[in-house]
Amino acid sequence: MQPANLLLITLAFAAIAYGFGYFRSRALAMPLGGIRHLKSLPFYYGARAALWCGIPALIVLGLWAAFQGHVIQTLVIGTLPENLLPSNEGEASLLLSKISNIASGALPRDFADPAIVKAADLLIRLREQSLMYMTALVVAVAVLAGFIAWVRIRPTLNARVQVEATLKWIFFSCAALAILTTVGIIFSVALETFRFFQKISFIDFIFGSHWSPQTALRADQVAAEGAFGMIPLFTGTLLISAIAMLVAVPVGLMSAVYLSEYANPRVRGIVKPLLEMLAGVPTVVYGFFAALTVAPFISDLAASLGIEASSQSALAAGAVMGIMIIPFVSSLSDDVINAVPQSLRDGSLALGATQSETMKKVIFPAALPGIMGGILLAVSRAIGETMIVVMAAGLAANLTANPLETVTTVTVQIVTLLTGDQEFDSAKTLAAFALGAMLFLSTLVLNILALHIVRKYREQYD
Amino acid sequence: MTNHTQAEIVRQSLKKRYRKEKRFRAYGILAIAIALSALVVLFTDIIGKGYTGFMKTSLNLEVELNQEMMFLDDATDPKQIRMADFVEPLVQALMKEIPGATEADRDEVRTLINPYASADLREALVNNPEWLGTTREMNLLAHTDVDVYAKHAGDSAYSIKLSEQQREWVDQLVEKGVVEVGFNDTFFKGGDSRDPSRAGILGAVVGSLLTMFITLILSFPIGVAAAIYLEEFAPQNKLTDFIEVNINNLAAVPSIIFGLLGLAVFIGLFGMPRSVPVVGGLVLTLMTLPTIIISSRAAIKSVPPSIREAASGIGASKMQVVLHHVLPLALPGMLTGSIIGMAQALGETAPLLLIGMVAFIVDVPNGFLDSATVLPVQVFLWAGSPELAFIERASAAIMVLLSFLISMNALAIWLRKRLERRW
Repeated sequence: MQPANLLLITLAFAAIAYGFGYFRSRALAMPLGGIRHLKSLPFYYGARAALWCGIPALIVLGLWAAFQGHVIQTLVIGTLPENLLPSNEGEASLLLSKISNIASGALPRDFADPAIVKAADLLIRLREQSLMYMTALVVAVAVLAGFIAWVRIRPTLNARVQVEATLKWIFFSCAALAILTTVGIIFSVALETFRFFQKISFIDFIFGSHWSPQTALRADQVAAEGAFGMIPLFTGTLLISAIAMLVAVPVGLMSAVYLSEYANPRVRGIVKPLLEMLAGVPTVVYGFFAALTVAPFISDLAASLGIEASSQSALAAGAVMGIMIIPFVSSLSDDVINAVPQSLRDGSLALGATQSETMKKVIFPAALPGIMGGILLAVSRAIGETMIVVMAAGLAANLTANPLETVTTVTVQIVTLLTGDQEFDSAKTLAAFALGAMLFLSTLVLNILALHIVRKYREQYD
Repeated sequence: MTNHTQAEIVRQSLKKRYRKEKRFRAYGILAIAIALSALVVLFTDIIGKGYTGFMKTSLNLEVELNQEMMFLDDATDPKQIRMADFVEPLVQALMKEIPGATEADRDEVRTLINPYASADLREALVNNPEWLGTTREMNLLAHTDVDVYAKHAGDSAYSIKLSEQQREWVDQLVEKGVVEVGFNDTFFKGGDSRDPSRAGILGAVVGSLLTMFITLILSFPIGVAAAIYLEEFAPQNKLTDFIEVNINNLAAVPSIIFGLLGLAVFIGLFGMPRSVPVVGGLVLTLMTLPTIIISSRAAIKSVPPSIREAASGIGASKMQVVLHHVLPLALPGMLTGSIIGMAQALGETAPLLLIGMVAFIVDVPNGFLDSATVLPVQVFLWAGSPELAFIERASAAIMVLLSFLISMNALAIWLRKRLERRW
């Protein structure tokens, strides 16, 4: 049976177990004189039975479904004769896909090596067996555990405490998923990054000023030796982020100032949601806008002024990214400005300062740490932004500070390296993970710094 | 005397200070104007580029289904159907409509008809074998170049792909009503195609719905449970602090990193297939969880302590207080936050590129384990195409995507207004 169906069946079993538990507790309570002689309400006896029945079965199901693929693959590869055994990971995956294509009928079996056909048959058989065993095991666990829970129902049993403790554990594991996700991210980038640095030296990667990840596919091929220096990527990322911040910070900050200090509630009520609409637009839409409207506009404009501009200029991507970040900056600054106590404003106005002087000399300095925190968060967002640059910035890794030229960014390279034809284990594929690691680290540092600043500042006035 | 001069100085500087005040205020208005005009330009640009994507150009032809011309005696015989000529009747029918077209112009005439039109004709004939030998009014797709030309009549940038002769013919045919521009139903009925006239968003929309379903059923319960734990049960210790730091950081981790996680863990470690909605849903779940947890915590926090105290006072256990009283009251706020999180996930593209949901897929996915793509990725794929007809379809797909997002956000606002209680 398929895992998804099995999941539904397990849930059905749990529901049945609930019913059994519920009625058994009532039946046990009847001779004693009603359910008030039970330690808990019948609902809790039912829920306890359902938890007993469902949780172990779901754990078994999850583990089996997660690891059956690997076990079957290892078994299938193990039966192959000596001469067919793959020598490296790339060959292994090629061989496996060949076997599974023959098994599914996508490749004709008449022309394949008999050993491979045998392996394909084995694969089909193992898959069927695995599903069968999984079904049997899950059903057995569910029934057995449910039965034990049912048998052990006593009027003196405090089912509520047990159910609540289990629920609390479930809630805790949901919260702990955040840790697991972080661990998963670190694990996934660190492992491949480590393998990347076995091939390419760390110094070359960090300080190299040349990026061209096209490596030779065959040993005898004449091709450029791949160069993995990430400096052009990081300068490109910084150039685009800087342009974005040049657009977003003044516009976002000034609109926050106007909305919080000058605008009347009606204007605020209309303008704020409209600004937030900018934040709700998907990044792919901004990418479309940048690539097909803003970039041609900028290159035409530059051409009419007699300047040469690339059709994929950093300016187009950066400016559109800035527009995307405006609401982010403005809503964070709005929060911070509103958090400055009214007494500071009143004091300054009472001394005869105009509103703008109050803003510039009193509120702004008081709000500065918070605003800085917000800007740092915005920078980290700009660095990690992907779709706009994938669509509007180029692929050429130029080391330049000219906003009219094409630059490429870390995220663009990750996407290009991982969406094209992939080789396993090549420095090219691993480089994407190394870049991911760098991106994760730099945004992590920015985020921690920003959150720290924001939190520390908030505590001052609360 | 000094007092007088100081007052004088202040008075003299007043004008300048008021000017500065006015200027400052003007900067604020200017900033808002820039932001709002960016919004307006963005929307008008998308609509201006894309409204033509909702229109298609078709040919109304009287097609003579002549047995001899088609080399077909029996339309129920699959072998004959496979060998028969379905292009010739269309070309002949169109030639009849164009006065002055000779046999020498055949090729030019043929390229006005969509390459898939003959397949449509075949399908129609297989379904209605009795049509063979009769003359039928048929509505068939025009070639993409004709489509682009007819929709942008008068704009020279859109006519480069047709020869002068062909343009003249199309103009005549439009006048006769043979070439007709109408509502593009194909766009909503099919999956992707190499031919822009045949390309539709149904496959991508279904892929998005499947992915969102997985995301919703996973992220909402998990997010709410995590929020309940952190708000109500978590002891003040290092572990709790660490969980909180993690959640706050994950909320700001670039989305593409979640794509790397999906690629390495779900596809690499667990051996799940590429390009399927299940993996997409899992990745988006991890990505939206922090948003949902943070907003759910805010909703729980806003439930006043008096509710909890009253429930505890009549003997409810901590869990009963939370599940019977706090949770129902916090649920509207949680729903609002989750809908906004889901809207974010619906518009997300980058992580899905890395787990292979970027493939060219013609079929509409049937299940959670079918290869699929999603709406934003479809936009990305079409936007990268050099063909004008794809660009306008990308724009149209953006409008569909935005209308989904706007209705989700409107739903969230409505829910908040309707259900949220102020204490």
